[in-house]
Amino acid sequence: MNQFKKASKQLSIFVTAGYPKLNSLNDQLNLLEANGVDFVEVGIPFSDPMADGPTIQETSDLALKNGMNLELLFEQLNERTSTLPLVLMGYLNPVLSYGIDRFLESCNRVGVRSVILPDMSLEIYERFYRDQFEKYEVFPSFLITPTSSTQRIQRISKVCKNSFVYLVSSNATTGGKSTFNADQAKTYQSIRENCGETPLFIGFGIDSKEKVEYVQEVSHGAIIGSAYLKALGLNKEKDFLKSIR
Amino acid sequence: MTKIASLPDEMGFYGDFGGAYVPELLRPNVEELALAFKEKKNDPVFHSTYISMLEDYVGRPTPLYLSEKLSTKHDCTIYLKREDLNHTGAHKINNAIGQILLAKSMGKTQIVAETGAGQHGVATATACALMDMECIVFMGEIDIERQAPNVQRMEFLGAKVVPATSGSKTLKDATNEAIRYWINHPDAYYLIGSVVGPHPYPEIVAHFQSIISKEIQEQLKKKTGKSSPSKVIACVGGGSNAAGAFFHFYDEENVELIAVEAAGHGLKSGKSAATSILGTPGVLHGSMTLLMQDEFGQVTEPHSISAGLDYPGIGPLHAYSIDSGRTKSIPVTDQEALIAAQELTKSEGIIPALESAHALAALNSVELEPSDIVVVNLSGRGDKDLSTYLK
Ligand SMILES: Cc1ncc(COP(=O)(O)O)c(C=O)c1O
Repeated sequence: MNQFKKASKQLSIFVTAGYPKLNSLNDQLNLLEANGVDFVEVGIPFSDPMADGPTIQETSDLALKNGMNLELLFEQLNERTSTLPLVLMGYLNPVLSYGIDRFLESCNRVGVRSVILPDMSLEIYERFYRDQFEKYEVFPSFLITPTSSTQRIQRISKVCKNSFVYLVSSNATTGGKSTFNADQAKTYQSIRENCGETPLFIGFGIDSKEKVEYVQEVSHGAIIGSAYLKALGLNKEKDFLKSIR
Repeated sequence: MTKIASLPDEMGFYGDFGGAYVPELLRPNVEELALAFKEKKNDPVFHSTYISMLEDYVGRPTPLYLSEKLSTKHDCTIYLKREDLNHTGAHKINNAIGQILLAKSMGKTQIVAETGAGQHGVATATACALMDMECIVFMGEIDIERQAPNVQRMEFLGAKVVPATSGSKTLKDATNEAIRYWINHPDAYYLIGSVVGPHPYPEIVAHFQSIISKEIQEQLKKKTGKSSPSKVIACVGGGSNAAGAFFHFYDEENVELIAVEAAGHGLKSGKSAATSILGTPGVLHGSMTLLMQDEFGQVTEPHSISAGLDYPGIGPLHAYSIDSGRTKSIPVTDQEALIAAQELTKSEGIIPALESAHALAALNSVELEPSDIVVVNLSGRGDKDLSTYLK
């Protein structure tokens, strides 16, 4: 059963574990669940997040200063009461340092079914890590871009059949400005077709109700990261959640 | 052990090290680059353009200078490979010229680069001025302060120097910013400065620096009748001058290869950049390599008196070669490097870069026989370090 497939028009939020406080995560999960969010991406902070813009960099730095690490993250996840599906998202190095088997075993134990590690390319996954992922029944999700080839999208969506495909709205680091126009509708339509049965979500630069609704029309749902974290930093996360509904 | 000259494999691996650990966003960029390099690498027209630019513009071949003073002191034969005599004052220009030609052949018009000490930034800005390319250089805010003359040189050459204000504000962060810029501007050409980064960069940079060991072979043959020395010594930041100086000797097992690591205040001080001695395997800037990292896999900030050596990683080629025992790495402290710099300046009238001074200092800790012929790669000149030397 693919837990990301249940509904159309989904909404997902990305939060950095350990931000703004070391123990914020479980309150965050409860809040997001109460506000009708469908699943949450939990960011594993890293010292050198090369695909991230300033907002996620800053939350990641602060989370590390607060003392967040994978050991603690799995403890917190183990104690959570929220029943929302979760995806762990982060860079490969902290995961390798923790131990890939131990990491996947921990994911399995706390009920995390999917993981996104942007610097673990599909090729690297297939060469080194696929067997372990399969053994622990953790399903990786991979990114695609609006310029990814048909072949590439089909190949990735096959690998992601138990999770989802993450379409980044444009070639940019996280938190940039995304713009959507009529021309793109066709692109999204064709990407969605190429994904077949695999759910497709769109993220990067989504920061308003209009964009959420647009994205929910052309895919299975929207993923919001930087815009939510910005609001969270200002203690305005509840207002933000209201504003996009 | 696999012959190093036949590496990396199709995915960019040198044994367990290397590869292209890049987000999908960068995949087209690195693939385009790998394709272009594969085509140009063995293209005789491309190669002869590169060589004639090195000869006529950069000033190659650089001399292989017999240092009688050092030879007497250490009771063996010591040559200095004078990369300090290159245009712009360091080996970095070999790579900048090679890659700018590659960029040009790919139809690129904008170049982005990272720099630590500013030597690679200056080399890149120079190549861009020559080839009419737009040039953007990321440099850590802290390095901008401590290497002000090189910032002025880059700006006078027409480059835009952008401070990297994230993280620790040094070379590692400048590299993050350059990669982010590349993600946001996929049409730009990222001109990396050392044998680091995702495949195919380590291979590209090693290729363009390998001219150093090619010349050593030819020059040594003329001077001694033998084309291989017994030892080659080079400092390692990311490892581009070392890769160049070692390249054609990798598969000659009787040539000892010695990589000199910046030990900062000492190996056990917690303030060093001796990555290949203290580091453990990990992924940074797109490749699997040896890394200075904490117990949670967070990359730590290295220290060296030399801004060109304080990088927390090392090229995957070196990680492999050191791990497999082909290259030996030895540590040299800030203090030892300063003494070696002073010694060369006073005895030979050559002011070496602080980076190169590490390689010179290693002569004191390597075991030397009277029959030894040693080549020390003098990677750059020390004008940029005068204020440190005069302190
Ligand atoms: C003169 C000189 N030598 C060595 C280095 C270190 O770089 P690499 O290890 O890539 O040769 C630098 C870097 O700035 C340099 O300027």
